[in-house]
Amino acid sequence: MKQQCKAVALISGGLDSMLAVKVIQEQGIHVEGINFFTGFCVEGHTHAVRKKHQDKQKRNNALWVAAQLGIKLHIVDVVEEYKDILLNPAHGYGKNVNPCLDCKTFMVKKAVQWIKEHNFDFIITGEVVGQRPMSQRRETMPVVAKESGGNDLLVRPLSAKQLPETLPEREGWLDREKLYDFSGRTRKPQMALAAKFSFKDYAQPAGGCCMLTDENYAIKLQDMWHNRPSRDYELDDIIMLKMGRHFRLAPHLKLIIGREEGENRFMQGYKNQFMSVYPTSHPGALCVVDGEFKSDEERDQALALVARYSQGKNEPQVKLVIRQSTGEEQEYSICPMLPDDINKDWLI
Amino acid sequence: MSADQHKEPYYVDARRLLCPLPVIRVQDAVVKLNTGDRVVVISTDPGAKADIPAWCRINGHEVLDIVEQDNEIIITVLVNHEQ
Ligand code: SF4
Repeated sequence: MKQQCKAVALISGGLDSMLAVKVIQEQGIHVEGINFFTGFCVEGHTHAVRKKHQDKQKRNNALWVAAQLGIKLHIVDVVEEYKDILLNPAHGYGKNVNPCLDCKTFMVKKAVQWIKEHNFDFIITGEVVGQRPMSQRRETMPVVAKESGGNDLLVRPLSAKQLPETLPEREGWLDREKLYDFSGRTRKPQMALAAKFSFKDYAQPAGGCCMLTDENYAIKLQDMWHNRPSRDYELDDIIMLKMGRHFRLAPHLKLIIGREEGENRFMQGYKNQFMSVYPTSHPGALCVVDGEFKSDEERDQALALVARYSQGKNEPQVKLVIRQSTGEEQEYSICPMLPDDINKDWLI
Repeated sequence: MSADQHKEPYYVDARRLLCPLPVIRVQDAVVKLNTGDRVVVISTDPGAKADIPAWCRINGHEVLDIVEQDNEIIITVLVNHEQ
């Protein structure tokens, strides 16, 4: 007789993957979770840094879900490999810069590799037919299974009855009758199943766990791509896009001005990588300079804008320091910019 | 299971990293170590205070100590692969 079967579940931290795991656990399967860190996950960065978010629990939803289900969780850093998925998605982008179809395929492919290395039997995801416009359409779900190499080892317990039979069902490891037939955008069946399993307090990301689906983030990322010689990026670049107000003064010059103390403190950590500007005569925001000043006018414009975000904004003069990434500092005195002089097009 | 107090702990510098990277760094260290070894992780992300113990709980490792000083969070983990 075959030993207890083992499945690995893609855990996003949302309700659907949580339900999918529970459904499979109920059939006596040993399940462990896998979570991929692409660098674009919402939680963590903003919640950790911003005071505005202090009331939100600083919990990692994937870890929380794993704890609720009593399963192990393996978090895999895919930041480097993910660059190619984001920069060159074979199936293109969704509404924003979300390459969902390629992303899902990539994650399942990584899971296929993982089950081979760890001697697991199959993979489960919380996908639901028709739930999401790109990767979870009836036509695209088989594409993910095929292109990832997951094929019939990929089980979607919440929509299994809407999809062809998989190997675990054929082999009798799973009873197809006990799997579900959810489809469409309604969340009602998931809510009902959550109630049946007595799940409370679950996260409701539905795409909200990924910055790539966020319109404002997408605009900032596209601005960065547009104004740099190459679209390639580092982890720090994509984290910085979540911090502060971004002002694009010129193709070669962007200012990132902290919105609050937490961000200022966090951005301090980049002072040896980027030029920075901070007021010395008054308390105020820290500014990280992505680019360079090509003229004294550009420098003064930047200083005046940063002075506007200091407590000296109504004073005739504010003193500020420009600090080079090498540590050299020079102090300047400038008249803060008037609100009407802030070009609306600068703000990204 | 008890820690081998004489053996130097393995240090993980996760300063300036935001969650879940401190957890990933701990996880990568734990895989290479043996039961009874200790990992000391230094983080500046307040989220690490919740996430590293949560990761330890679900994966069977033990948090021996959490100390906060000068905006740093220092967490000592006792590795346990025997479960
Ligand atoms: S929302 Fe983000 S993480 Fe989810 S499939 Fe799309 S690109 Fe990938």
